Amino acid sequence: MPERELTFAQAVREALAEEMRRDSHVCIFGEDVAEAGTPFKVLSGLVEEFGAGRVVDTPISEAGFTGVAVGAAMTGMRPVVDIMFGDFITLTMDQMVNQAAKVHYMSGGHWRVPMVMRTTLGATRRSAAQHSQSLHAWFSHVPGLKVVLPSTPYDAKGLLKTAIRDENPVVFFEDKMMYKLKGPVPEEDYTIPLGVADVKRAGDDITLVATSSMVQVALGAAILLEKEGISAEVVDPRTMWPLDEKTLIDSAKKTSRVIVLDEGYGRYGVTAELAAVIAEGAFYDLDSPVKRMGAMHVPIPFSPPLEDATVPTEQTVSEAARQLCNKT
Amino acid sequence: MTTAVSKPEIGRETVTDQEKWLRAHRQMVSIRLFEEQVNEVYTRALMPGLAHLYSGEEAVAVGICEALRVDDYITSTHRGHGHCLAKGASPDRMFAELLGKEAGYCRGKGGSMHIADPATGNLGANAIVGGSVGIATGAAFSAKALGTDRVAVCFFGEGALGQGSLYEVMNLAQLWKLPVIYVCENNQYNEYTHYAETTAGSILGRATAFGLEAASVDGQDVRAVNEIATRLVKRARAGAGPAFLQCDTYRYSGHHVGDINRDYYRSKQEEHLWKTDRDPIKVLSKWLLEQGYADTASLDQIHSGVRAIMESAVKFAIAAPYPSVDEVEKHVYA
Repeated sequence: MPERELTFAQAVREALAEEMRRDSHVCIFGEDVAEAGTPFKVLSGLVEEFGAGRVVDTPISEAGFTGVAVGAAMTGMRPVVDIMFGDFITLTMDQMVNQAAKVHYMSGGHWRVPMVMRTTLGATRRSAAQHSQSLHAWFSHVPGLKVVLPSTPYDAKGLLKTAIRDENPVVFFEDKMMYKLKGPVPEEDYTIPLGVADVKRAGDDITLVATSSMVQVALGAAILLEKEGISAEVVDPRTMWPLDEKTLIDSAKKTSRVIVLDEGYGRYGVTAELAAVIAEGAFYDLDSPVKRMGAMHVPIPFSPPLEDATVPTEQTVSEAARQLCNKT
Repeated sequence: MTTAVSKPEIGRETVTDQEKWLRAHRQMVSIRLFEEQVNEVYTRALMPGLAHLYSGEEAVAVGICEALRVDDYITSTHRGHGHCLAKGASPDRMFAELLGKEAGYCRGKGGSMHIADPATGNLGANAIVGGSVGIATGAAFSAKALGTDRVAVCFFGEGALGQGSLYEVMNLAQLWKLPVIYVCENNQYNEYTHYAETTAGSILGRATAFGLEAASVDGQDVRAVNEIATRLVKRARAGAGPAFLQCDTYRYSGHHVGDINRDYYRSKQEEHLWKTDRDPIKVLSKWLLEQGYADTASLDQIHSGVRAIMESAVKFAIAAPYPSVDEVEKHVYA
């Protein structure tokens, strides 16, 4: 029998449904999460199964309902907050950074905040500067938060289930351009631990460390490079924190060349941290400096040719790889 | 070590009026003398960081917390020592926390502005003004979702009226009929600025606009505060939804202990007036004497008993060890 395939959106929905069946304390807060199932239809069908008491439509009050989720998590619930566009996390920053992330530490370990914030990232949807950013670096900077960036339907289901069962606040970024991506997803209950990278493709000449939306770009670039005799390894850290430093460093040591790819802004972004980890851990095995590729340092423009120029593509990545491998 | 006799069981009918108000008196004296010790320890440079004293506002914390069960929730503020004590925290572990010691409520990791205590339902003090409005409302959500009939009280100063998140959660609480009571301690000053300069329109109008049950009370009269709090807690517990209570009170000290020269924002005469005519401990003491519930000697005895407890708590905290530096990375994640 062929493996069952689901879209990324269906995998997310299945993870939520399974966890809500498993644990009655899991509930969802967000704008248009119930009957509407979110604008991306990721949550369609959940309110019908679990009711409006657990799939809770909120007013357009991101700070308010995120704060309510923090308090609910401290007192027995396991809320999953839906922030429709990653750009709107700005509205939740105090609740996530000053409250959720610090409650456990500040209370000397007394209170816990087992909550998940699901939100989106990614450009090229023609949504302009306030609906296209990839701001996961901000949360990755804050001790107390965990940050997850799934890149396949399989990873999305397994990682989200782990995130919901985690005792800490976890921010789960989904690439909104990936919701229709199909891939094999087992029907059974499985989880993927946070902090374990995945080698999406093995190779020998160069390592492409790629996150979220950039994993597909890296895999596409690897196919282009293969035709030219360059064997690229694609490593997906899957979680920004905890971070599987060993797998990144081991791959860098093996191939001796690395490009780090992420759709967030390059400057002061996660590519800087990943590149530093690799440079520190594999310095004497590298044949060239670690190269970083991220979104250009501009507000995401609306006009399609301008927007397309802001993010790495298979072509720009493979070109950079060729240069690093001295095969231009 | 506790400051007060253990709280009577819920529904126990044997608590007399006299017992109830002597207990409230003792709780208020505990807060006053705790803060006196904080001031002393701080000015002797034994306490690191900041100290925001609650002196003058005792009737609010005590009046409200005496209307709560031990398993009801509170969230507190940077000026939170009074809330902690009123909800039942022990002064020795509080002082240990203030000095950053391992024996403190948060193992020294929180300090004065972040004391939390699950045993007394204290979800934690918060040093972001208005920072805990979501947490309190979320605790009320859990109470309703889990059917525990607990109530959450969210203490905040009138300075938090400037924060938008308060209005977001009041809207949510009323939509979802959550058992939460927003207690606005109007001590008149947002740090160094009179609230009239920062607060347009009506305070209660902010709550009634969302349909919340709203009331104001003389925050220097613990009996008045307790009477109205009891009513609001009862209706919240019964599922009638959230409420907003404005308690007009006064902060005797500066914004923090180091705020000594206050002439540029308020007069000594004003401070004197509140301390002599409207002091919450004096107001209740006078009533206790009038009722024949206490005499001067018995009130003095309470006072000296509490003072001994506070002095001993300070000694305990000073002698207590700091946490091991090995612990710095512990509790970042659960």
